[in-house]
Amino acid sequence: MPKRTDIKSIAVIGAGPIVIGQACEFDYSGTQACKALKDEGYRVILINSNPATIMTDPALADATYIEPITEDVVARILEKERPDALLPTMGGQTALNVALALADHGTLETLGIELIGVKQRAIELAEDRDLFKRKMEEIGLECARGKTVKTFAEALEILDYVGLPAIIRPSFTLGGTGGGIAYNREEYEAVVKAGLDASPVSQVLIEECMLGWKEYEMEVVRDRNDNCIIVCSIENIDPMGIHTGDSVTVAPALTLTDKEYQQMRRASIDILRAIGVETGGSNVQFSVHPETGRQVVIEMNPRVSRSSALASKATGFPIAKVAARLAVGYTLDELSNDITGVTPASFEPAIDYVVTKIPRFNFEKFQGTEALLSTSMKAVGEVMAIGRTFEESLQKALISLETGLTGLKDMNLVPQGAEFDRQYIIAALSQPRPDRILVIAQAFRHGFTVDEVQACSKYDRWFLERIAALVEHEEDLKQNGAPKSAEGWMETKQLGFSDARIATLTGKTEADIAKARHAAGVHPVFKRVDTCAAEFSSHTAYMYSTYEWGNACESAPSDKKKAVIIGSGPNRIGQGIEFDYCCVHAAFALKERGIESIMINCNPETVSTDYDTSDRLYFEPVTIEKTLDIIRAEQEKGGFLGAIVQLGGQTPLKLCRALEKAGVKILGTSPDAIDLSESREQFAKVLRDLGLRQPPGGIARSTEDVASLAEKIGFPVIVRPSYVLGGRGMRIVHDAAALQTYISENAEIIGEGDILVDKYLQNCIEVDVDALSDGKDVFIAGILEHIEEAGIHSGDSTCVLPPHSLRDDVIQDLRRQTVQLALALKVVGHMNVQYAIKTSRDPANLDHYEIYVIEANPRASRTVPFVAKATGMPLVAAATRLMLGEKIPALLDDGLLHNHVFRHVAVKAPVFPFARFPRVEVTLGPEMRSTGEVMGIDRDFRRAFAKSRLGAGAKLPLSGTVFISVRDADKNSIIPLAAKLADAGFKIVATGGTARHLVEAGIRAHKVNKVHEGQPHVVDAMINGTIDLMLNTTEGLQSVVDGRNLRRAALHNKIPYYTTISAARVAVDTIVYLKNAGPLGVCPLQDYLERKTA
Amino acid sequence: MNDTNRPSHATAALILADGSVFWGRGIGAEGVAGGEICFNTSMSGYQEIMTDPSYAGQIVTFTFPHIGNVGANADDDEAAGPFASGLVVKADITAPSSYRAGGHFNDWLKEKNLTGICGIDTRALTHHIRSHGAQNAVICHGKDIGVSALRQRAAEIPSMAGCDMAKLVSTKDVYTWDQSVWSAEANAYGVGARTQGHVVVVDYGVKRNILRCLAAQGFRLTVVPCDLSADKILALKPEGVFLSNGPGDPAATASYAAPVIKDLLQSGLPLFGICLGHQLLAIALGGKTEKLPFGHRGANHPVKDLSTGKIEITSQNHGFHVIPASLPDAAEATHVSLFDGTNEGLRLKNRPVFSVQYHPEASPGPQDSMYLFERFAALMRDAKQKAA
Repeated sequence: MPKRTDIKSIAVIGAGPIVIGQACEFDYSGTQACKALKDEGYRVILINSNPATIMTDPALADATYIEPITEDVVARILEKERPDALLPTMGGQTALNVALALADHGTLETLGIELIGVKQRAIELAEDRDLFKRKMEEIGLECARGKTVKTFAEALEILDYVGLPAIIRPSFTLGGTGGGIAYNREEYEAVVKAGLDASPVSQVLIEECMLGWKEYEMEVVRDRNDNCIIVCSIENIDPMGIHTGDSVTVAPALTLTDKEYQQMRRASIDILRAIGVETGGSNVQFSVHPETGRQVVIEMNPRVSRSSALASKATGFPIAKVAARLAVGYTLDELSNDITGVTPASFEPAIDYVVTKIPRFNFEKFQGTEALLSTSMKAVGEVMAIGRTFEESLQKALISLETGLTGLKDMNLVPQGAEFDRQYIIAALSQPRPDRILVIAQAFRHGFTVDEVQACSKYDRWFLERIAALVEHEEDLKQNGAPKSAEGWMETKQLGFSDARIATLTGKTEADIAKARHAAGVHPVFKRVDTCAAEFSSHTAYMYSTYEWGNACESAPSDKKKAVIIGSGPNRIGQGIEFDYCCVHAAFALKERGIESIMINCNPETVSTDYDTSDRLYFEPVTIEKTLDIIRAEQEKGGFLGAIVQLGGQTPLKLCRALEKAGVKILGTSPDAIDLSESREQFAKVLRDLGLRQPPGGIARSTEDVASLAEKIGFPVIVRPSYVLGGRGMRIVHDAAALQTYISENAEIIGEGDILVDKYLQNCIEVDVDALSDGKDVFIAGILEHIEEAGIHSGDSTCVLPPHSLRDDVIQDLRRQTVQLALALKVVGHMNVQYAIKTSRDPANLDHYEIYVIEANPRASRTVPFVAKATGMPLVAAATRLMLGEKIPALLDDGLLHNHVFRHVAVKAPVFPFARFPRVEVTLGPEMRSTGEVMGIDRDFRRAFAKSRLGAGAKLPLSGTVFISVRDADKNSIIPLAAKLADAGFKIVATGGTARHLVEAGIRAHKVNKVHEGQPHVVDAMINGTIDLMLNTTEGLQSVVDGRNLRRAALHNKIPYYTTISAARVAVDTIVYLKNAGPLGVCPLQDYLERKTA
Repeated sequence: MNDTNRPSHATAALILADGSVFWGRGIGAEGVAGGEICFNTSMSGYQEIMTDPSYAGQIVTFTFPHIGNVGANADDDEAAGPFASGLVVKADITAPSSYRAGGHFNDWLKEKNLTGICGIDTRALTHHIRSHGAQNAVICHGKDIGVSALRQRAAEIPSMAGCDMAKLVSTKDVYTWDQSVWSAEANAYGVGARTQGHVVVVDYGVKRNILRCLAAQGFRLTVVPCDLSADKILALKPEGVFLSNGPGDPAATASYAAPVIKDLLQSGLPLFGICLGHQLLAIALGGKTEKLPFGHRGANHPVKDLSTGKIEITSQNHGFHVIPASLPDAAEATHVSLFDGTNEGLRLKNRPVFSVQYHPEASPGPQDSMYLFERFAALMRDAKQKAA
């Protein structure tokens, strides 16, 4: 059956901002879907609030709505666009939930829009645990013993039937938020209550706990002709009890006999048929009892998922792209397998390697949370590695994580000062820790047997034996030093040992090891991911490295001009999808300039690791060893121009010195120039020479020096350990006592290192400037004004483009300073500068202002995709051409860059994962904690701001009750805001001090108890749903603790809250404005951009 | 192995007839194994593959690197003994990890006197077979034989083309079969109900799971040697005849099998053939077979049922194929490979006779095509009704 011609236009819903459980895998799937549907000639209407995605590039859809993904807004877009069909399976749970709501409420029917890919009934069957379970029983499959309950009383009734430990999962939540495992009655009651609260339909599933069972996933694709294929099986090494997104996994399944595998395969297909997934990809999860083989169905997702992205990368079978085509009527046999080009998509990939995925965590950013895993996902990113054996694949994955691992790093599991005791090891093995693989290796080092480790960890012994063998090989290297023969090198490298790990084990440097290995003539070969285990020839250059006797290398470099783009590795807080966006655009730009693009990256969630994105893809850890190996292979033929290091965040920058040393040309800004901005002393000199201001600061060489330095600079100060990235361990400290507390609390991070102390500039406006330079001319791409004051990490601030409150003379000054900096730092390509602007409070001298340079980075910043979207300029393409030697005037002539006049405003707002980390403080600070961002775009600032709030999940209330509690310093600033809200009809409740202050100012405010003042208190009111908005600022210890309860309560009850006066001011103004302005409109990005150039 | 080029890690070598040498480590029994080298892309079911009589005379290269993970057990044999003559794998064989395992796969290999080699670049080898076609090879493990002598041996192994292998693997005696398909719940094979008709299975190298699938249909089964005459088969009073899979060149086996099949066709009995059975049926009908460049061996082969347009993912193992144009008008092609367009099934237009090139009984591999056994049962019921 060919594609449908009765539909002409299709709406695709994206997944919105990057959050834990829904990351850039949905940009990968959505991008593939949009491309596929457009290629098929459909009009594509895309809805996604996330500007950092490739899919929201205006060229990928006919109408791109960067609008909040809420039922109301999507309904308005559908009403305006009247598509024939809606494809809801590409945008994770977000898209599925919105689509289901639109179907439930009759919107789709009214507008005559057909759901394609999956039907309403199938979504319901898959999502409603009871319906799902009944369906499974109907087709003779087993589910876990359990029941769905809607009340706490019901939960108590079924406790005996289910038994403990029990597992509790709330319905309709992302990545299992609010769920957990209960081992005793008390925990049971607590988790059930939390789960009922977290579920939007107040419903939880309580089940027998299959903790420690084996866990598998099957990626299934079905077409309208009922053809079903399994793209990939995935085995979780972390057994049941740990969310699959948090588990180390391998593909394909490694410990099933064919009989067991076929049973699972058949069940997966039966499930798709029973649920009624008509077309597209689904993920089915199974649990298998390790001793009896009993197979139990866990769940299925009738959409593409994180696992389907992983399966696509693991096999070379592009699930989302195929699913999009199946949704419009094709059958699998009508689609071709891109990789071979000669076989159809209706087959099951055969792979001849092992893939390992390891999640990446950021627990350290959420103080107060235990770094333990459960059924609620906590990982912020992941890496994948490909090796010819599990051992190689595992070690490559560990190296890819960029957490300082070069392999199975030794660890100390015995508390400082304590004597060695096996109990410490046993305790660590038994805990679901994120680093359990390393704990297991350490246990073997302490002489534990596989049986002992298995008993504690429940890992399948096959994996344990492989790890034990690696530890044994490490012991050999420790004893006998680095290999002496080619055979020895080959054996070691085949096990996946990095040069860096061998160096650590043998007391050499990585360079020594690399040299010795090269001298022995041992180099990796590159093999292709070809979907067919070499049965057919592959023309797609999707490759991984390995070591093989015989040196059969399949890299087959071309004789073209070429450049390497070094990717950004796993997503983590501070370095996410934005950098992948940049790398992808560089690949497109190189192609456009006739240069072969070579991508190196290890993140399976991304568009950059789609074999379609670059000409040649090396799925490899982003390390110096692997990068040089790849460049060595690529240099054999053709014209190698160099490496692009300024697009992948800090990851490639860290390699650039070593690359240069190895004779690799760095395209764009030189390593010397990069050093200039990274070295504190050198950068300070540059600023002095240019006459630019910098906040006063210094370096304390010891913890003793910190206090005197801070006194000298004057409190408040910003303190941080010198060598950490992403604002880790960074705090604003207001007095000497707080400084001492900081030092003692952070002793571990600070260690023996230096501490940087800078003056904290209070009440300053922070600004980000993104610029491009060719070394001679500088182009200012965007000036972003932050809504929160300086001191809050730029990634966690809401920012506005163009600036909404800066005067023209200030903007001109910022431009001038940016130009000076770019030239002084010899930037070629991207640069981002952060400024703090202190405006005068002196009524006699209001025009006075001071600009401070906070930092300058000669690389693409997190804001580049946002600026590119808001201005319609392909900034990365422009920067890439600059790196290739083109000049700014030529890019202006080409129309690639233009001096835009804004007729619209774009607001970028962060989203935070606080709901997943109980007891964590939610106020903002200098350490970044947001996982993603949304963009609000409209014709004026307030509408854009309101959309950004809505997109980030907090709808601004237009009426109701506002709760206000502010620190003394803000008591005056809050008065006008309270007055405005009161005028707008809001009821105001406030804690004692604030209430008194407001009443004195003539504002009607009702006093409400703080939590420690006794019930009924403000948290009761929040839980009861009588508070609609919270304005809360905090200082001092008791109020911080008290305030934390308030803020957690607001978070849990989804009450919009503001913790800075600056943001509260904008929010209040917006509320007042919206009250009179009517509902928010919707408009595609293409229209904004067109209007601007007209 | 004594050779100046031997790397110090090598304890075994794989030598192809074209002279290529792959050094590695020996697995299984020490010795020299010879045969046609082929590759299989399945990711599970190595024990089933090693015991599939269709692999007689062949050295199997497993493209999946880890083989042996789940050990060996008493239930997963597809025949009484191993038939493949050797194996080539990438990684060392590991200790088993499966509740079903009865022992270490390497011990099983030794016990069955199978010789293999590991530690070689199986992907490069697969590439080599793909581009240079099927050829003979020897594995030498632990024997002190020089490379040139081994090359000589490889070259001297007779080609698979023209080779009747069925006689070597077929049963010598007539026997009955009761065992039915595997039950996951019972963790054991079932027993056939024997409520349906009597089927005679002509054993050219039959896989046990074919017998089990037939038994699961309720048939009463009698298995007979591959060279039993049509008269003797008909004397068993079958209500249907099944032509099994098996090794070797179909044209060679057809010399005695085709006349028998022609007679069986004359009898008007429902007939079902799989793999070699399919090829022999085609030849009996006047069709021709030829050798494929490197065969189809794996568990991921898409086959289209031309009557329904539906796709089945199939388990395959064949080095020869039926040339559809050679079939008489009375026959029609029913299934086609979506990998290379070769024939995968045929039926007779006016007779209850059909056959497929692939393995609907799976084991190992996907179970998408089990409907063919039901189809056979339905044909037998129809035939019975017509006769009544």
